[in-house]
Amino acid sequence: MNLLLFSLFREKKRRRVVELTEKMVVDGGTGTRCEWEGRWNHVRKFLERSGPFTHPDFEASTESLQFMLDTCKILVIGAGGLGCELLKDLALSGFCNIHVVDMDTIDVSNLNRQFLFRPKDVGRPKADVAAEFINSRIPGCCVVPYPFESNAFCVEFHIIVCGLDSIVARRWMNGMLLSLLVYEDGVLDPSSIIPLIDGGTEGFKGNARVILPGMTACIDCTLELYPPQINFPMCTIASMPRLPEHCIEYVRILLWPKEKPFGDGVGLDGDDPDHIQWVYQKSLERAAEFSITGVTYRLTQGVVKRIIPAVASTNAVIAGKGQNPGIVKFAYIPLNNYMVFNDVDGLYTYTFEAERKENCSACSQVPQDLHFSPSSKLQEVLDYLTESASLQMKSPAITATVEGKNKTLYLQSVASIEQRTRPNLSKTLKELGLSDGQELAIADVTTPQTMLFRLSFTS
Amino acid sequence: TMAATKTSKEQRYDRQLRLWGDHGQEALENAHVCLINATATGTETLKNLVLPGIGAFTIVDGHTVSGEDVGNNFFLSSSSIGKNPDKLLDNDPEFFHRFTLVIGVQLPESTCLRLGSVLWSASVPFLVCKTYGLIGYMRLVVKEHTVIESHPDNALEDLRLDQPFAELKSHIQSYDLESMEKKDHSHTPWIIIVAKYLEKWLSEHNSQPPKNYKEKEAFRQLIRQGILKNDNDVPEDEENFEEAVKNVNTALNPTKIPTAVEDLINSEQCSNITSQSASFWVMLRAIKEFIQSEGNGSLPVRGTIPDMIADSQKFINLQNVYREKAMQDAAAVSKHVECILQSVGKVSCKNASFLRVVCCRSLAEEYSVDSVNKDEITSYMDSPDSEMVLYLMLRAVDRFYQQHSRYPGVYNYQVEEDISKLKLCVNSLLQEYSLNVNIKDDYIHEFCRYGAAEPHTVAAFLGGSAAQEVIKIISHQFVPFNNTFIYNAMSQTSATFQL
Repeated sequence: MNLLLFSLFREKKRRRVVELTEKMVVDGGTGTRCEWEGRWNHVRKFLERSGPFTHPDFEASTESLQFMLDTCKILVIGAGGLGCELLKDLALSGFCNIHVVDMDTIDVSNLNRQFLFRPKDVGRPKADVAAEFINSRIPGCCVVPYPFESNAFCVEFHIIVCGLDSIVARRWMNGMLLSLLVYEDGVLDPSSIIPLIDGGTEGFKGNARVILPGMTACIDCTLELYPPQINFPMCTIASMPRLPEHCIEYVRILLWPKEKPFGDGVGLDGDDPDHIQWVYQKSLERAAEFSITGVTYRLTQGVVKRIIPAVASTNAVIAGKGQNPGIVKFAYIPLNNYMVFNDVDGLYTYTFEAERKENCSACSQVPQDLHFSPSSKLQEVLDYLTESASLQMKSPAITATVEGKNKTLYLQSVASIEQRTRPNLSKTLKELGLSDGQELAIADVTTPQTMLFRLSFTS
Repeated sequence: TMAATKTSKEQRYDRQLRLWGDHGQEALENAHVCLINATATGTETLKNLVLPGIGAFTIVDGHTVSGEDVGNNFFLSSSSIGKNPDKLLDNDPEFFHRFTLVIGVQLPESTCLRLGSVLWSASVPFLVCKTYGLIGYMRLVVKEHTVIESHPDNALEDLRLDQPFAELKSHIQSYDLESMEKKDHSHTPWIIIVAKYLEKWLSEHNSQPPKNYKEKEAFRQLIRQGILKNDNDVPEDEENFEEAVKNVNTALNPTKIPTAVEDLINSEQCSNITSQSASFWVMLRAIKEFIQSEGNGSLPVRGTIPDMIADSQKFINLQNVYREKAMQDAAAVSKHVECILQSVGKVSCKNASFLRVVCCRSLAEEYSVDSVNKDEITSYMDSPDSEMVLYLMLRAVDRFYQQHSRYPGVYNYQVEEDISKLKLCVNSLLQEYSLNVNIKDDYIHEFCRYGAAEPHTVAAFLGGSAAQEVIKIISHQFVPFNNTFIYNAMSQTSATFQL
């Protein structure tokens, strides 16, 4: 899912989820409420009864349920494996105001776990179908779908729950919420915090975490926890393949652009079986050249699409765990703050408190330094931004103020500008007119706000 | 058409086929599961089995749907057999013999024990599940569950560098590092490099391999010295040598039969093969005989090597040395299998190191005063907030149900008065089993507060966990838990006990 972009707010005031008893002013209707006897019995016992393990600020009352039913507004990002489970869990826990965002359409391979979808729905937007299903199955629940990229999203949410399939998207969301934080005299205004509950699964493993932007560890604080993506060295792919994967990457990266099998400018589409078939055949040929065995259609598709295996059960577990902080959060002390799950051998869970990184590039407000000698080339700076474990940028655009003017030093995403600025990469920082202590503004898909770095010359 | 159905199934199940393969999927599609009680927990479990393609399911549930059921259950209409399980146990206990596995959800103790006994005699695996307030509970009851494909996360490599087989030895000998051109030298697999330098070391150290940190460091140095130097005597950039140095520990791992496999080989089932023995034990016996003959004390060679820097030819040649040896060993094991039994299927021994067996105690053993696992319970209760206290509370609550035909605190007015009643149940439980442990009053209060609620999120978590354990049992892949799993949704922690 290529999620991006929310500007979430119009009003300045934010409330922390724990402050339940005040009346909230929120737009949007709740749909026709249709209650029946006993409907919320299971939930009520936790909200209307006091207990020895509840949060010290919790007071049992009937108002909590009312808040959840009438007022609490939750944003679910992603209507895929986790998203479907999350929507169900939230709806059955008493949350009636849910908005869901997903730009993807339904694929056959989703049907083994994304249970809100049926074969007849293939091709339709996930957000739409998910909302329809929940709204018709859970009377009174109002799920509002956003099957498109939304730039001007001006609704207040009390909690945001993520079921995304990309780290870049998570970092974007993370940056978005951080940009909403209000500091008064250097002190964080807690009402500007929107809690973020994030989860992810891969095969039989998963994790769920609670992020209070500005207070607890954010996504970028723990970037090193994500395993690095496997990228084979070019020389291996080009001349020294050993594994069937090397052969497939050879066809994808080198042969396809050369042979353009489906026409000029036609990119490799992992969802097109004809494309995959072509790659598969060519990979077999490549493998035969080197006596390598093991190339299969399934492996080919897996490598080209970077497929991650997935089953219903892990998604159910992580959504159940991750969403728990939703209702449990109202009455108990919420998950603190990162939990991992693995059921390859028995069932294993582990909870720990991820710590904030002192100089986190996203949430610490500490200006980031770049240490380079004036004779370093701009390419070295670019490499650092993409390869550093704590930054892991994708295609940073670098601008700086040189001689009073704003100068784009390098930008990849627009072809004409890339061509024009490419020579700068082999120039030294001194040649580009940069000085010690000056600021570089860097933009990238991993952060909604431009990041400021300070250039610090080493001798 | 058949082909079209096959393709569409492959597409639909693609993401899970990459985990358990076509044979695992086949096992799933041939299974028939029985769910007792279509509560939220039950239906969530079932959903997570239907989605991946379970062959058939039967629901046994004598309850009528109430308002609160509709509140926490995503599935309103289910085709169910409207009998209650107790009646079935009375009139037709063999009803349950037809199932691959039975899942019992929210069962009172008496029904659970009766069912447990019937299923134990029929050797039908039984998974007990319960969501009680913010607590999830699972108990697996299976006499003997064999796992050939356990898919361990971090398996040690099987390189045999401490005892190279003949073909590996001669392959290593075919290399002469000293006389190689730079290109070949820099693209020689690290396995060869380590093997060569190990030979050198052994000849200089009385045939003793590097054992402690100091010796291993010295060994690494020896390897580093082998890096080619240029005309100015500066070491060249030889990544394969760097890999060799980095992998010294891996390379020096002694070839050993894992303890788990040793235990299996020495077990009774392996010694006494009969015509009733499962193929797992026949294979294990064949492996044992292999170890004692062709294997010279070791398991069949696994046959895989990790990727490493090398040119294609050198790598493939080395890989083939291991692969061919593995095939040879597998053929030898096959011959042993033939001798043991007439029928033989295709044998692959690559999982020999990872064979596992899970044997759970019966419910009767867990509940009997004579065989209760006191040690496990009391040692965990040394920490009074261990998940073990939640297990004891669930047992106490069951006791309460037996006495009062209801669970504590279901209605608001009952919460206070049931606390003392529940406390009596706790005490009688501890007394009956002579458990000298202390249960804090807070837990008794909390369990009254729960009022036997089944909140959806806990049901969903448990439904996911339970479904995966069922899939493990059906597919004989990955390792099921043994035998009691407790999930605490308050603290988001969990524990597994063997009771």
